Amino acid sequence: MSFVDKFEIFQITAMRNPNEIVADALNAIHASPDLPNLEQVKAAYLGKSGQLTELLKSLGAMPAEERKTAGARINEAKQAVEAALKDRREALQQAELDRQLAAETLDVTLPGRGLARGGLHPVSRTLARIQALFRSIGFEVATGPEIETDFYNFTALNIPEDHPARAMHDTFYLQSGELLRTHTSPVQVRYMQTHQPPLRIIAPGRVYRCDSDVTHTPMFHQVEGLWVDESVSFADLKGVLADFMRNFFERDDLPVRFRPSFFPFTEPSAEMDIGCVMCGGEGCRVCSHTGWLEVLGCGMVHPNVFRHVDIDTERFVGFAFGLGVERLAMLRYGVDDLRLFFENDLRFLKQFN
Amino acid sequence: MQFPESWLRNLVNPALDTAQLAHVVTMAGLEVEALTPAAPPFNNVVVAEILSADKHPDADRLRVCQVDVGEASPVTIVCGAPNAAAGLKVPCARPGAILPGIEIKVAKVRGVESFGMLCSTKELGLEGAADGLMVLPADAPVGEDFRGWLNLDDTLITLKLTPNRADCLSMQGLAREVGAITGADVRLPQIQAVDTRIQYTVPIQVSASEACPLYLGRVVRGIDAQAPTPRWMAERLERSGIRPLLAPVDVTNYVLLELGQPMHAFALSRLNGGIEVRMARAGETLALLNGQTTELAPDMLVIADASGPVALAGIMGGLPTSVEKFTVDVFLEAAFFAPTAIAGRARRLGLSTDSSHRFERGVDFGATRRAMERATELLIDICGGQAGPITEAVAKLPERQPITLRLARLKRVAGIEMDADQVARGLAALGAHVERQEDCLVVTPPSFRFDLAIEEDLIEEAVRLFGYDNIPAQPPAAPSRMLPQDETVLGDDALRQMLVDLDYQEVITYSFVDPAWETALDADARPLPLANPIASQLSAMRTTLWGGLIETLRHNLNRQQERVRIFELGRVYTSQATQPMKLGGLAYGDGLPEQWGASSRRVDFFDLKGDLERLFGHPLDTRRGTHSALHPGQSAEIWIDGRAVGWIGALHPRLVQAFDLPAVPMLFELDSQVFSRRDLPRHASLSRFPLVRRDLAFVLDAHTPAGELLTALREVAPGSVQSIEVFDDYRGKGVAENQKSLAIRVVMQDTERTLTDQDVEDAVQKLVSAALRQCNAALRA
Repeated sequence: MSFVDKFEIFQITAMRNPNEIVADALNAIHASPDLPNLEQVKAAYLGKSGQLTELLKSLGAMPAEERKTAGARINEAKQAVEAALKDRREALQQAELDRQLAAETLDVTLPGRGLARGGLHPVSRTLARIQALFRSIGFEVATGPEIETDFYNFTALNIPEDHPARAMHDTFYLQSGELLRTHTSPVQVRYMQTHQPPLRIIAPGRVYRCDSDVTHTPMFHQVEGLWVDESVSFADLKGVLADFMRNFFERDDLPVRFRPSFFPFTEPSAEMDIGCVMCGGEGCRVCSHTGWLEVLGCGMVHPNVFRHVDIDTERFVGFAFGLGVERLAMLRYGVDDLRLFFENDLRFLKQFN
Repeated sequence: MQFPESWLRNLVNPALDTAQLAHVVTMAGLEVEALTPAAPPFNNVVVAEILSADKHPDADRLRVCQVDVGEASPVTIVCGAPNAAAGLKVPCARPGAILPGIEIKVAKVRGVESFGMLCSTKELGLEGAADGLMVLPADAPVGEDFRGWLNLDDTLITLKLTPNRADCLSMQGLAREVGAITGADVRLPQIQAVDTRIQYTVPIQVSASEACPLYLGRVVRGIDAQAPTPRWMAERLERSGIRPLLAPVDVTNYVLLELGQPMHAFALSRLNGGIEVRMARAGETLALLNGQTTELAPDMLVIADASGPVALAGIMGGLPTSVEKFTVDVFLEAAFFAPTAIAGRARRLGLSTDSSHRFERGVDFGATRRAMERATELLIDICGGQAGPITEAVAKLPERQPITLRLARLKRVAGIEMDADQVARGLAALGAHVERQEDCLVVTPPSFRFDLAIEEDLIEEAVRLFGYDNIPAQPPAAPSRMLPQDETVLGDDALRQMLVDLDYQEVITYSFVDPAWETALDADARPLPLANPIASQLSAMRTTLWGGLIETLRHNLNRQQERVRIFELGRVYTSQATQPMKLGGLAYGDGLPEQWGASSRRVDFFDLKGDLERLFGHPLDTRRGTHSALHPGQSAEIWIDGRAVGWIGALHPRLVQAFDLPAVPMLFELDSQVFSRRDLPRHASLSRFPLVRRDLAFVLDAHTPAGELLTALREVAPGSVQSIEVFDDYRGKGVAENQKSLAIRVVMQDTERTLTDQDVEDAVQKLVSAALRQCNAALRA
């Protein structure tokens, strides 16, 4: 730097008061509309040849005693400008961000994008619930064929040909002479042929009866249950089924009762009733004003059934039950027409999703 | 079975009201299905006689009657019934009476004061419609309370009896049962042997003695078949659901209801020679009482005379030998037919009679003679006549063997200890002979119980009499063993849930379908036909799930659903041995539900394929193939582990039209077994070295499937290649016609070291030359 330059600068600075510069700078800073402009303002005052920078440079030409005071004043001025710059920068940055955020704001009330979710058929949903409850006390799930032989559907279950009980079954026959199982009980037989007791199974599945009206569909679902061990009794049967119904309907105080009945493959046999879940036992159309609903058939496995599968009837005792899934689903979910289950109207099915 | 409560109470009258009785009986296993009042409630109705019926002075259709209601002087009643006439006995509602829907008051009818109402059956609620006053018999007692006189404060009880309880198919049996349950005294009908006045008999020969071990016959001559059936008998028959017809027939029906013994009365003059009980012969026919002529099978037992069968034993009598109004001499039959000789025959002929219903289940062979005496007694009481001696043909009757009931076994099965003496008393009340021994009871069942043969039968009776409700319901004690949880098995529930998450709605459709649909979907299908379908559109077992899915689609399209995504997990049936579980799906309409944030596009092949790949968790091996239900250019066979496991594709346009669908549904069907096995995960160490990606564009014949190129590339890829995937299929500008450009991304990474440029270059070279060799695919310039 030449002597002449220094002199000239000194002349200029000598003409300007740092306070004036600061005032100008603050005005410029506050007026600055955006960050690039703010950087220009910064350069004009604090840049390599900014006004305050130049003022600072001019200190060298001052007498030592003046230099100290002037230096302090200039530094103060500089700090004031820097602070103003920082504030302004932050304010501008914030405004910028606010602008961006405002611009990016979505209508969050619009629905989300993509696929919807389907749902389970109410029968599957009910089956899953039944299975979960029985699994929780150690029942395994077994399955069997739906086209059955006369042997498994009837004979092995102690229903000989021409037995009046066969008339209760309205069997569908194939032209080949085989039949569509009328209950899930054949699975008991098939399972016991291949497994040794102790055993505890449930067998869910489709069954068929040739009957079709308001309260019957030619196909429906049952869950068969079987527990064979050295010591299971009628009292246990009652215990398990009462426990099941109360848990299925989630009503600890659900009344249950067992009535003597007849099934060729169990003895003693029982029908189980529960207090009507629709009217609370007061009597309504669903329970035919009896306060009770028949929900399943059950009993102690008949020795003739054990004999067909070579299980020692002296050593083992067992109980079995069969329940109608649609019936439980209707009661649980308040469905008033059995036929809805097989019409597969999406408006109906989606109520269970 | 239906009967009036009053009849039962006549035989056994426990101190229980109707509802309590019904409850007790139901809880003992004789389920009361319905309790119906014999008549609707009404009061203040008496038997009255019309003394005179004069025309109303101011109304042509009304009559002013003087009516004797049993009081000192007659009352005036205005009546509009067309049949109102002097001398008639009719029900009369007195002022203050409440009838169904009306209250009777003294009222002026067209200026004449009327003191009550003469009633029709409709006004009393006894029948739905009536065309005049209810006319009572001439001997009806004037002034008597109408309800009481007709015993209308009665309840009809309907029982739903289980097939093992044949013994309860009679009033006598029910009374015995109610007595055993309630402890009330039972008064069975007193029956006296009728004096034999004539010696006439019909010879009886039983050729089928196993089927008919006991046959009783008796001639009664000189009856008046037209004698009126007494009101008490007619009432009991009617309230048991049997229409009174002709006195001799009514008598046999009454004995059937009272004692449970089906009987038959033949017109003696129509019988040709002696009676033979035998099996039917091939080609024989019989005109039955119901007017139907039936062809007899050799396993059907018949009653025959010299000219052929005259009755279908235990099921129904023949028309030519039936008792008619002018029949004078009858031949009465009471027999025991073995259940196995009757069972199933009636059903086969489309018949179900009160007689066959009982014989199939077992009729008391120890009371046949008693029934014969009862019927004779009633017949002579009502119709007059003289009885001949009973002719009996008896062979080997069933035997009732003593059964041992071990008390320890009873406790084990029931789960509770019962008092042995109480058990013994209960069984004895049921008619069994019971011998009490130290640790068991030795029980000989009565002849009317066909369901007691083994120890369990007695256990059931013991528990039943003890009361099922009195057995505690206890949670069973069992060893707490965990159930196996095979981690490599994917259960059906998990599979269903995955489909639900992919936006499919589960449906359950019938396993039987319209066979025409089956063959339309698959020309080679041979659906198994049902022998007895309920409808032609449900007459064959499905061989594919698609029929039901398409039907469901149609059902929902008709209900204005525009987007249908459904699946079914169920069996298809090709034989008893082959009933595989399949997973079938259908997607129709837009790929996505209608929404603001995505443009609508119809679901296509790749949407469905993507859904399946998400189910499997890996890309699918799909191969071009031809299925008659699917669009030949938009369908593929799915291969897993070298096996074809199913199909995916668009419904064939021919079928879209045939099923009258507005647009094309996409379908898939797979063996559901392929989902059930999954590999147990096995950790492999992660590479610490960088990934290298190379994108290669190949130009090849437009008809060469991408899958072929991928297979060719994957076969030669060195171990460092992690994946080879297509990321673009381009046709058009810059690519020759009939050619396409497939963009392939190759990802490489080594677990041991950083790959060098040379490694990558070598691998790419290998891939490029394989592409050229196998698929004639050249790197795009």
